[in-house]
This record gives sequence, structure tokens and C-alpha cells, in this order.
Amino acid sequence: MMNDPIQVFRTEASELFEQIESGLLDLLHDLSDRDQIDAVFRGLHTLKGSGAMFGFEGLASFTHHCETAFDQVRKGEVPATEALVSAILNAQDHMKALIESPGPHHDAQSERLLLTLNAALGGSSSASADGQIAIEGKAPSTKTGSTTWRLKIRLPKNAMANGTNPLGLLNELRGVGECEITADRTSFPDFLNLSPLDLHLAWDVTLTTERSRSEIEDVFMFVIDDMQLEIQELPMRSVPAGAVGDGSAPRPPQSVETVAAGKLTDTKSGSKAGDNVKVPAERLDELMDRVGELVIAQSRLSQLAASIGNGQLRDVSEDVDRLSGELRDTMMVLRMVPVGSLFSRFRRLVHDLSRETGKTIELQTDGESTEVDKTVIERLADPLVHLVRNAIDHGLEGPEERLRNGKSSTGIVSLSATQAGGEVVISIKDDGRGINRERVRAKGEAAGLVQPGAVMSDQELLQLIFKPGFSTAEKITNLSGRGVGMDVVRRTIDELRGTIDIRSEFGVGSEVNLRIPLTLAIIDGLLVRVGDSRYVIPLSAVEECLELSLEEDIRSRGRSFISLRDSLVPFLRLRDLFATGTEPELHQKCVIVSTGNERVGLVVDQIIGDHQTVIKSMSKLHSTADMFSGATILGDGGVALIMDVNQLVLRGQSKEALMRAAV
Amino acid sequence: MTSVLETSRPDPIWPEAQQIEALLFELNRETFALNAKVVQEILDVMPETRVPGSPSFVNSVINFRGKVIPLADIRIAFGMEPRESSIDSRFIVIEVDVSGEATLVGVKADKVHEVTALSRTDSEPTPSVGMRWRQDYIHCLVKRGSEFIIIPNLQAIFAHEERLSGNGISD
Repeated sequence: MMNDPIQVFRTEASELFEQIESGLLDLLHDLSDRDQIDAVFRGLHTLKGSGAMFGFEGLASFTHHCETAFDQVRKGEVPATEALVSAILNAQDHMKALIESPGPHHDAQSERLLLTLNAALGGSSSASADGQIAIEGKAPSTKTGSTTWRLKIRLPKNAMANGTNPLGLLNELRGVGECEITADRTSFPDFLNLSPLDLHLAWDVTLTTERSRSEIEDVFMFVIDDMQLEIQELPMRSVPAGAVGDGSAPRPPQSVETVAAGKLTDTKSGSKAGDNVKVPAERLDELMDRVGELVIAQSRLSQLAASIGNGQLRDVSEDVDRLSGELRDTMMVLRMVPVGSLFSRFRRLVHDLSRETGKTIELQTDGESTEVDKTVIERLADPLVHLVRNAIDHGLEGPEERLRNGKSSTGIVSLSATQAGGEVVISIKDDGRGINRERVRAKGEAAGLVQPGAVMSDQELLQLIFKPGFSTAEKITNLSGRGVGMDVVRRTIDELRGTIDIRSEFGVGSEVNLRIPLTLAIIDGLLVRVGDSRYVIPLSAVEECLELSLEEDIRSRGRSFISLRDSLVPFLRLRDLFATGTEPELHQKCVIVSTGNERVGLVVDQIIGDHQTVIKSMSKLHSTADMFSGATILGDGGVALIMDVNQLVLRGQSKEALMRAAV
Repeated sequence: MTSVLETSRPDPIWPEAQQIEALLFELNRETFALNAKVVQEILDVMPETRVPGSPSFVNSVINFRGKVIPLADIRIAFGMEPRESSIDSRFIVIEVDVSGEATLVGVKADKVHEVTALSRTDSEPTPSVGMRWRQDYIHCLVKRGSEFIIIPNLQAIFAHEERLSGNGISD
């Protein structure tokens, strides 16, 4: 899949878009930020280059104009303005479309965007440049006459080893205009040190051409990141007077610009590119599967070693145990991605929403370096979009209302991530109006989600907003209020084996915390036996284990509650629930599990111990078995099902509700 | 002579060929056949793990080379008597399409016979009367000597059972 060059380009392009976008959004905060201006320019430049290389002509020529615009900003000829940045942001969306479906059907849109861009660049030149820039494929350069340039070209030593043909470059340069080429042999080593594989020559070229600087640079498009290229304009006999004034007029004669690798690639490629390897995710998944099987095989080996009792065998087994454990940990780290890559998407969303709603919003992010399994990150994107939209649409007030309530006119939405044990906590916070509990309750009753007058805890009431069909927005906006969305959040988080809790203070703001396990592939579990089968309870959910004596069991028949330090905890007899048809053990155990604030006891026959669990998903044929989130293979080759604590707690809760209703 | 059959819609069992290689196996003294192409492996009986809350027809899973796959007893789907496994019992691992996903499924068999060529010309559509079992679960019958071999319609069985389970067949 990754071998498809177009696919490679698309991947690269999406990374570039991210870079460009984050640069642009930073610029909105500080229009004079040189680093960001450079970053955006670099991104656009690379995009144009690779676009052309992979045959996306439409993209290349369109991007070229944006690049030119930013080049002017970079050189200080045109100030960076909000209008310009917005125009480029819009243009960027269009570039994505050009990559998605290249073709002439985009031309009209291209033209329209370029007009906006041009207007943003400063109306002064608009009269002459309006139509011209838009349609032309080439830069509106010095048409008025030819310019003489002086080029100093120095390729990296290993250029030829990398397949660059210097002669080809020089020939191409000859095609650009009239050339006078002299070789610079100053760095030529003496014969003894001469390595025939290295390139020791540099060249001085005097080039007379009508074409623009960027077209000269284009000759070196493929090597420009690693080479030194100096392009200097020589004083001309006939400097065209009053040139178009759009910035590409000949620069003052002495301006020397070095497009050296060091400067261009300080943050991007350079040192980092060599150290990183891109690997398709499915290969990682395969590797993960193998590691999982290894872990299983290892637990068989150690069981065997223990039963045979041979010291040497046990030594080997312990070594393999350590190694496979380390391998597993390394493997897990490989799949970890910083949350920052997820958060950065929201800056654009917030920017757009802010325009759409007329609210001034500041997005604060924290803990971007927290790492989470890649699959988890991907699955989190949608729920987070819903939550952020919701915070902006329902939570934040308009500027006037905020001022009236004694808040600053800018609403703050903050996204943060922290790691807590085996979980990552992602929190979405706003300082808006908070959740109006009466309204939530009224809506819940109207929608039939709650019995009128039912006693509910605050958390239960707040959780109502995640029920399907629930929406408190009085009017449906473009953003939210259709009653879909928040239940999607709940579902996705459940699927990720995570939990949601909400805190909200009326008038002050709300906070939603998502607790998600760091990885989906391996969990620590508590292995238990119920009847003849073994099951795994995720250790993260286990609070404590108690003994349930026979007398207590008999006494609690019919009510299924145990008292645990002054509070009553409902429990489920898994033997009954799973219909094992076996007799209860004399000493049953009760495992107390919890999700957030809800607790439930699970009565099992035996607690076997800790178990590193490689999660295997179950087929669709077992989609009704919703008490289980997956299965795992034990050391002896048997299969144990992994309990879905959320589902079991729900069952426990509904049982509790039934009991309450009966009393 | 087979013009009627030939004009019917594309057939998963008899694609273009007039003959298929089929694996014969036995369930409650009836002979069934599966296209050998979908058969991945034949396993000795191994410990199965019951999945509470799953449809009775696929109520357990087994460990097939490090994968957890469902184990189906198509007897239950057909409404036949369940049976304890014997020394001849085997699990046949096949690949079937379950709502668009190629899924490995183990199928219980009382006894596995040989792989043999079955010819389309010997096949007969399921008679609409006189069948003890659900007609739509049977793809066709093939006459072989004095007996009939049942070719089950796996697509229908698994799709249907899934639909049923969607309505909540659970305990």
C-alpha cells in the first residue's frame, strides 16, 4: 500500500497541511512571528514541489501562488494580515480538494480563491493583477526584460551516491537561459585523498534569462534541501522602471539570498528525517499479534518449566520471560503517539467555530506530549469534536453576555491530557454557563429518559446528556442540538473501555473527563473461575476482593447486596448470570469492580490470580454476548472471556433499581 | 438437460464448474458436504469455552492457532438433536462471510469422511415439502448412490442466525 507513490504523496501532503495549518493558526495570534511565517512558506514550497513531482499539476500551480504570497511576507514586502492568513487557510482546504480529486473542475474555485488572496495581499496592485494572477500558471515575473543572475552551486559530497546527476542539473540550467558555467575547484583534494565517489566540484554560473528566481530554483527542486545555492542578481543595464509592483520586481542589486539547507530545514527534515522510519500501521498490528502469541507461548513455557522442575529449563524460561516482557513493552511504545497530534486538529475547528458563532474563543491545550496508543487516538477524534463543539455551542456565552456576567469577553475552551496509571485522562473544559440541571431534567422527562420525580444523583442527571435523543439546545444550529452526537461520544468511549465523568457548575463552566486505557491490545487482568470456565476481569476496574461465606450467601438470597464499609453494594452471582449449572463453592469470592462512581460486586467461585491478557476480539456472531469485551488465550491454550465491566455494572445497577422499586 | 439450472442466478456452490470438490461429514447420521475451498483445516476436538449470552447455535469459542474463533453447531440451526462428541468428532474450520466480514468459524462434525467430487447434474433443489428441516438452510441435495448428501446454505445460516441474535437471543 505504501508503495503506491501517490499514496506516499498523500501521506506527506497531509503532514504538510498540518504543518501549514498550525503555522497559520499560530500566526493569527502573533502576526509577526518569523518562525511561523518561515514554517508556512516551507510547507507550501515543499507541497508545490512534491505536488509537481507526483503529477498534481493543478495543485502545484495553485500552491505556487500561495507560496509566492508568503514569500513576499517572508521578505517583509507585504505585512502578514489576518485577511491574508484566512485566505491561505481557505486556499489550503482547496488544495486538499485538489489532491483528493485532481481535475479541471476546480479551476473556477481556484480562480476565486486567488482573487481573495490577491485582495488580501494589498489592494494596491489589484487593478492590474486581478485577473492575471489568477489564470496564469507561471509567476507574474519580470516580463519586461531579461535579468542576469549569478549562481553559486555546491552540492553535498555524496550527491552522486544519492543518484543526483550534476551534469543534468547544469544542462537543465542551460535550458532556462544563456549560461556561462565555470567549475570551482577550490575544494578539490590532492590526489591521495581523492575519493572518486565523492563530488568535489562546485560551480559558478552566470545566467541570463527572462524567467524568475523561483523558476531558477525549481531546477534544483529535488536537491535544494541538502545543497547550497546562492542566487544573486547582477546589476542590469536596463532595470525596468515601475515594474508591476507586486513584489516580484527586481530586488535591489546587492540583495543576496542564501537558500542553504541549514536554514531551510532547521525544524523539519535535517537530523530528524534520517532517524524516523514510516511504517504502515498494519505491519505494526501484525507485529503486535506475533508478540501477543509469544507472550502466550511464554506463559505455557513457564508453566511447563515449573511442573518439570528442571533448574536449567527454569533459567531459560525466566530469560525468555524477561525478554518477551521487554519486547512487549517496546512494542507498546512503538504504537504510542503523542496526543498533541490530536489536539492540533482542534485549533482549526475552534477558529472556524469562532467565526461561525461570533463568539471569541481561546483554545488552550495542555499535556500534548502524553502518549496514547495510535488506535485510541484515532477513535478519540470524533468524540472530542462533538465535545468541543458542544462546549462552544452550548457552553460558551456570547461576548456581551459574558461581560454582563463579569467574565472576560473571550471564552476559554481547554483540552488537556494527563496520564494516570494505566489510563489517560482527557479533559475538555469550558468557562461558559455550565449545565442547567433543571433543564436537563425537564428534557430528560420530556424525552421519556427519566421517570418524573425519580431520585437521581447529580452524576446520573448529568450523564443524561449522553443518552440517545437528548438535546437541550432550544434551536438546532449548524453545530449541535440535533440530539445526535453526545450518545456517539458515550458509545465510542464505552468501546474503548473508557469512562466519562462530568462536572459542571452553573454559571461557571463545565468539565468533561474521559478516562481511557492507554492501550487496546494488552491489559492486566484478574483471572477468575466461575463454574468450569475461566474469565478475566480488567484489573484497572477491580477495587477489592472479599470472601462471601456460605452463610452470608444464603442470608443475602433474594436481595443480593453486601454491606461494604457502611454502604450497600449490589452484587451479581456470575454463576447464575452465566447459567453454569454448577454448585457454588464453599468459599465464594466477591470481586468489587467499579466504573467511575458506580460499584458492583461479582461473585466468582475462585480467584486464580493476575494475568497479562492479550485481547482478541470476538466475531460478529457473538455480538449479543455483550457482557464480554473480548477473549484471551491462556497459558494452557484454553480461552478465557474478558468481562465488560461497564455492561456488568449496568446490569448491577438496573437490578438495584428494580430492588428499590420493589421496596 | 441442465438449462434450468444454468439460467439461475450466480451460484456460490456451483460457480462455473459443473463439479466441485466437497468435504463430506456426518451429523446425526446424515451426510453433509462443504465446498472444499472454504475448508481451512480439520481439527481434533479441543476444549471449547462457552460464551454466556450468545446464540445457542454458536455458543462457544475455541483457540484456533492463537485466534479466538466461534464454534458453530449447525445441528442446532437445523433443529436436530444435539449430541455429545465422540472419538470420531472433529471441528471443521471454514471461512464464511458474516455481514461482510470474512470470518473463520469452527463447525462441529460427528465424523469427517473423504473429499469427493460432486457433480451438478446429480443435484436437486430442495423439495418444498417433506423436509424435516428448515428449507432455506439447505442449498441443495446431491444424490450419491442410494443416499442424499445435504449441502447446507452457509450464507443463509450465518446471516440468519446473526439476524436472530440481533433481536436478542440470549439467556
